Amino acid sequence: MSETAVASFKPFTRPQMAQRAAADIPEGWYVNLGIGIPTMISDYVPAGREVIFHSENGVLGMGPAPEKDKIEPWLINAGKQYVTMLPGGSFCHHADSFSMIRGGHLDLCVLGAFQVADNGDIANWATSENDTAPAVGGAMDLAAGAKRLWVLMEHTTKDGSSKLVTKCSYPLTAPGAVKRIYTNLATIDVTDRGFVVLGMAPGLSLEDLQARTDAKLHLPA
Amino acid sequence: MINKIVQSMADLMSGIKDGSVVLLGGFGSVGQPNALIDGLIEQGAKDLVVAANNAGAGHVGLARLMELNRVRKIICSFPRSSDPVVFETLYRAGKIELEIVPQGTLAERMRAAGAGVPAFFTATGVGTKMAVGKEHREIGGRTYILEEWLKGDVGLVEAWEADRWGNLTFKQSGRNFNPLCAMASDLSLVQAQHIRELGEIDPDHVVTPGIFVDRVLHVPYGDPSGF
Repeated sequence: MSETAVASFKPFTRPQMAQRAAADIPEGWYVNLGIGIPTMISDYVPAGREVIFHSENGVLGMGPAPEKDKIEPWLINAGKQYVTMLPGGSFCHHADSFSMIRGGHLDLCVLGAFQVADNGDIANWATSENDTAPAVGGAMDLAAGAKRLWVLMEHTTKDGSSKLVTKCSYPLTAPGAVKRIYTNLATIDVTDRGFVVLGMAPGLSLEDLQARTDAKLHLPA
Repeated sequence: MINKIVQSMADLMSGIKDGSVVLLGGFGSVGQPNALIDGLIEQGAKDLVVAANNAGAGHVGLARLMELNRVRKIICSFPRSSDPVVFETLYRAGKIELEIVPQGTLAERMRAAGAGVPAFFTATGVGTKMAVGKEHREIGGRTYILEEWLKGDVGLVEAWEADRWGNLTFKQSGRNFNPLCAMASDLSLVQAQHIRELGEIDPDHVVTPGIFVDRVLHVPYGDPSGF
């Protein structure tokens, strides 16, 4: 891949990635956001659109981070950050919270990932089969349980390898789970045909995108 | 008169045996019964199996219990906390066993134990290395794996309010695994921030009914801080 082949394109920033995902979440959905960039999505839900955010540690109806002098020391999210509750919010214990996840009640979960394959496989919890003490947390529950799984991640690794692959080389979090991917270069649906490109960063051509993507890309039918 | 409220940590901890399975409430430091962990350290039981979401942070609480070589095995979803130095050191040295369990499966295994359900099928982990060696079954066109209950000999619970019958409430996200640890354990031990008169907790507001609780100690330590 030659960098010079791509004269000028502007990758989406992380806030732009979050904003693009947020714009696609309709009113009324119950949504769980994974740790990292996905957490930013809640900041970009359009004003007046009611979306209810869930956190694994028994928090439903979560609001934004508190102002410094209004921190509630007993109110954290799964990322162990202080959060607030919206009017209408509720607490439950961990088994009920994961019943919301595993029982198929969440409309959407958005996770980060190391790799996504064009059959929807996701790898996001361990970078090696021999990882000594990997930390899975709630990722497998979310990937297997939510009605739909989106991934928000950089298109390539720091050394330029594609994170969109034909087969995940890292240990799977769940097979065939991912429905859509938002990267810094494109928005991509995972379909029966494989990866279908819905949109690209300004100035990027499909050829440019394909050059940065291991798996075959398709255009919408 | 039933009175589950005890007056000392020694009374609360009496009878915990070496080799016990200990279910530990808490997520991060919120709702974590740190006073009870210190009480367990003092009590002296060893060769313990501890189930908790995290594997301890810094050198306090669960991390200290592990550092004193009192924990044979840890069952958790997320061993990497903000400062997992003790766990990492012991694990690399081969001095502690680790069982990684998806967080929802961990919670459900505790609830199943409390409900008398010895095993259940779940989609979580299917097609991953969590499924290796587990019974698979197709139900209604989807594949599930069998997970067994997780019973505690001892449950360590942090509550917001308690009365002498052992009825409990929790504060905000301090609830987390605590009600599950209470229901899943033969001996459920509670540290409570506030002791209420019988009847003072509205029956509609009781989260863990006293039948799941054995002993309560008043530990008004204030707010959690740091994770």
